Amino acid sequence: MATIHPKLSDELSQTVVSSTKSVKIKIKRSNPNVNSEQKFDDFVVPIEKWTTVLDVLLDVKSHLDHSVGVRYSCRQASCGSCGMKINGKPGLACFTKISELDSDTVTVEPMDNYPVVRDLAVNMDRMINNHKKVMPYVIREDSEIDAESGIREFLQSPENVDKYIQFSSCIKCGLCNSACPTMAMDKSFVGPQALAQAYRYIADDRDKGKNKRLKIIDESHGIWRCHFAGSCSQVCPKGVDPAMGIQLLRGYLLGIRD
Amino acid sequence: MMVLRESIIMKIHYGTAIGALFLTVIHIMMRLTQDFHESLAYENVIANYESVGYALLLELLLILISVHGFNGLRVILFEMNQGPTYEKVVTVGCLAGMAALIGYGSRTIIMTSMGMT
Ligand code: HEM
Ligand code: SF4
Ligand code: FES
Repeated sequence: MATIHPKLSDELSQTVVSSTKSVKIKIKRSNPNVNSEQKFDDFVVPIEKWTTVLDVLLDVKSHLDHSVGVRYSCRQASCGSCGMKINGKPGLACFTKISELDSDTVTVEPMDNYPVVRDLAVNMDRMINNHKKVMPYVIREDSEIDAESGIREFLQSPENVDKYIQFSSCIKCGLCNSACPTMAMDKSFVGPQALAQAYRYIADDRDKGKNKRLKIIDESHGIWRCHFAGSCSQVCPKGVDPAMGIQLLRGYLLGIRD
Repeated sequence: MMVLRESIIMKIHYGTAIGALFLTVIHIMMRLTQDFHESLAYENVIANYESVGYALLLELLLILISVHGFNGLRVILFEMNQGPTYEKVVTVGCLAGMAALIGYGSRTIIMTSMGMT
């Protein structure tokens, strides 16, 4: 006779007893490495007021179907791993509460504009490569560690920090790139995430890499393929405004700011 | 294939757009100096071409709109598909189309303004 693992049965009863409400979650399933089949699997899971979409997915994985593919780590909107389409809109699963969705059914799908690895996990190589391409670090000849003067600091004024601070909140979740219509059409487009980071470093007065970076983004699949749809800024969970960063960068390239 | 830096091309794109918009307004305002059916009468059209100022306006409008339009087409085509060969074909094709349209339009403007109708 089959026995239920004591710990698992404990967990099952605990979740059910403490909850009065439940949600139906529809998870898009696919495994392109095996075949081209795509389907939705439905699960009903108990929820509390504070339950997030990621909590629901982890509940499904623990108790109903452990084979669901989902990428996550921090569970607190810092690592950028759990981006997905939630009821059709790109968002972080760990930063979206079921209660705020105002719906008895929640549909989760992998982010658009990325190849699917399995189920909700996507391959983010394209974003990471474009991010690296814009040299996302302070570039300058000298260093804070100096043979003659020892250790010194490159000081910044609060006004200068204000110029780029919002752009430094980017957690590389890739939601902006998944919402961008040019990303969907143009597979060579550099994308809002990388462009926002190009601005973040160019606007930093410790950085001397402005001309190098402007040259990198000033090509036929670079900054000019943005048509200001603004969807990147709508979906960013960290308050970064990539669309504005792109317009500020254009100002440098059109010679109306320096 | 990179003919010019993209920022230079886009400066030309915006410049030709604003220029074309401005000249189109002048063009339409000149049409409004007389009734529409009069404006399209054969003699009046020929007279327009034969006036040097108006012929220059048409020539400039032709150049601005050809440059802007074919570059706009290049932008659209670059977003619809990518790849080195494809992009080369699009760039060369758009430049050829631009040159051909300017050439053919100029031929019409010059011949008509010289009375070779
Ligand atoms: C002949 C066909 C035309 C095509 C294929 C075309 C294409 C385009 C494209 C693709 C853009 C967007 C550029 C970008 O943001 O990357 C654009 C911008 C613009 N076009 Fe055209 N265009 C054409 C004719 C015209 C004409 C006749 C005018 C005015 C008389 C005009 C005025 C403008 C203006 C003002 C902009 C700037 C606004 C913007 O960037 O969205 N266009 N055009
Ligand atoms: S800009 Fe915002 S949406 Fe885009 S990767 Fe960074 S944190 Fe995510
Ligand atoms: S799990 Fe880290 S951002 Fe959601």
